[in-house]
Amino acid sequence: MQELLPQEQINAWKERLAGHHHPMELAVDVLRAIQDHHGWVPDTGVELAAELLGTTPLRVEELATFYDKIYRRPVGRWVIHVCDSICCWSRGAEEVVGVLREQLGIGFGETSADGRFTLLPTCCLGACGEAPAMMIGLTTYGHLTAERIGEILAAHRREVGP
Amino acid sequence: MSNYPQVLFKNRRPGETVFLDAYVAAGGYAGLKKALKTMTPGEVTATVKAAGLRGRGGAGFVTGLKWSFFPADHPGEKYLVCNGDEMEPGTYKDRQLLLADPHQLIEGMLIAAYALQVPVGYIFLRYAYEDCARVVEGALAEARRAGYLGPNILGSGFSCELRLHRSAGRYILGEETALLNGLEGRRPNPRSKPPFPAQKGLFGKPTTVNNVETLANVPHILVHGADWYQGLALTEKSAGTKLFGLSGHLNRTPCVELPLGVPLGEVITEHGGGVRQGRAFKACLPGGASTPFLTRAHWDLPMDFDALAAAHSRLGTACVTVFDEGTCMVAATLNLNRFFARESCGWCTPCRDGLAMVSWLLEKIETGRGVQDDIAMLQDQLRNISGRSFCALAEGAMGPVEALLRLFMDELEDHVKKGRCPFR
Repeated sequence: MQELLPQEQINAWKERLAGHHHPMELAVDVLRAIQDHHGWVPDTGVELAAELLGTTPLRVEELATFYDKIYRRPVGRWVIHVCDSICCWSRGAEEVVGVLREQLGIGFGETSADGRFTLLPTCCLGACGEAPAMMIGLTTYGHLTAERIGEILAAHRREVGP
Repeated sequence: MSNYPQVLFKNRRPGETVFLDAYVAAGGYAGLKKALKTMTPGEVTATVKAAGLRGRGGAGFVTGLKWSFFPADHPGEKYLVCNGDEMEPGTYKDRQLLLADPHQLIEGMLIAAYALQVPVGYIFLRYAYEDCARVVEGALAEARRAGYLGPNILGSGFSCELRLHRSAGRYILGEETALLNGLEGRRPNPRSKPPFPAQKGLFGKPTTVNNVETLANVPHILVHGADWYQGLALTEKSAGTKLFGLSGHLNRTPCVELPLGVPLGEVITEHGGGVRQGRAFKACLPGGASTPFLTRAHWDLPMDFDALAAAHSRLGTACVTVFDEGTCMVAATLNLNRFFARESCGWCTPCRDGLAMVSWLLEKIETGRGVQDDIAMLQDQLRNISGRSFCALAEGAMGPVEALLRLFMDELEDHVKKGRCPFR
């Protein structure tokens, strides 16, 4: 398993948090940093965040389980958040979900056999003028069609490699 | 197409962001200079109040009035928070504003910070707006280098720091007290009010929370004056322009700046290019997922706070989602309600259990398993949930359900009578 956070980043967080008037203000940032490096936030990640923030694992867990972009279970290299809110729904989100399920061979909450993609539904992505839309990582893709979805997935497959 | 004055989008260019040099060349930071060099904090608040600016985040409270409740003369820590959570389905205007012209927000926040005499402000952005976060970070660095941000701004003696907070996704963060809990690193359930944030907000200190678009209006009000701002609107009691984010079954779905009071029909036909595939207009959400539907009967309705309230709806964020004649309104309401049920923070029973119950009832009716009693039970839930939840999430969630029962009862009964969705 990949380390939770490189030691130099742990040191940098310690330094930054030590000088911070309200360390918990950075709780989401610390969780996001662990997730960015490790892929998801395991129990040991919650414990590390608590140690860095000077709080209890329970208080960190309260946050980690609240936000839908913090993953408390293993996910694929890329998490696909596909919007099922009203604007995307009105412009074919159900069909988009069908295409994704078919092309990836998985349902919601599952990870593709090659470990590349996890598929999750999400609320509005704020791309209502480009509906239907999805987000992979931190990038939003709008005006989705079956063809465009195929191209986007292929580009991600190329980036990750075999 | 009608050629209305552009205020917030005056610098907008497709696919581009206006950074500092271009912003200043177009008259940017003149409002901040005017405030710091020629006005007292009280005069700034009075000007914003006189302009009649109302909050653009959905609630529509008078901004200057909100500021006037703030203990600006109270010494010590105080905060200004910009709410950029924007997770209401249909609403994407703040993203467009930030990507086009981020310094407008920074200047607006600095003027507000001066009026409220707060030394620290936060810009709270949702997870999905990483593109905005990067643009805002760049603009903050530019403003700091140029002396608009930080200690002793423009030699005025006033100092202010602005910090960017990236969140991790949940609709409830748009509720201002949940947002404050989120900023503090607590589980973001809403807080009990009173005390209101103006008395006890972020870290227990006086705090004002304003929406991105609200704050972006402030520099323009300072430069051009309250009368000019009021004159921008088409209806007498309204003031200013408004960003309208169009979506749904329209030929075009842009985000456009129009005067408050523009008729709904004009928004749809002129700015949205009409309903797509030549179909007829059936209904719309006038201002996000929590606003009760409007129908063809509301075609000439002026899009402003008062006219929409009189029509049993709300202007909300003025982001209009259109449905064509082929849309099943039960299915649309089910989609909306599933969103709210999923995004309930679970803190109070009417929201946590009530919205799940409403989704179950709507799904039962939509899939042809509904009976007449289910419609009566929906009406019961309307009474049980509205006005009885801890925060406004459940109240907003019931907006479209109330409108479904009021405007589309025939569709509900048709589903029950036929034992299937008549639109499928």
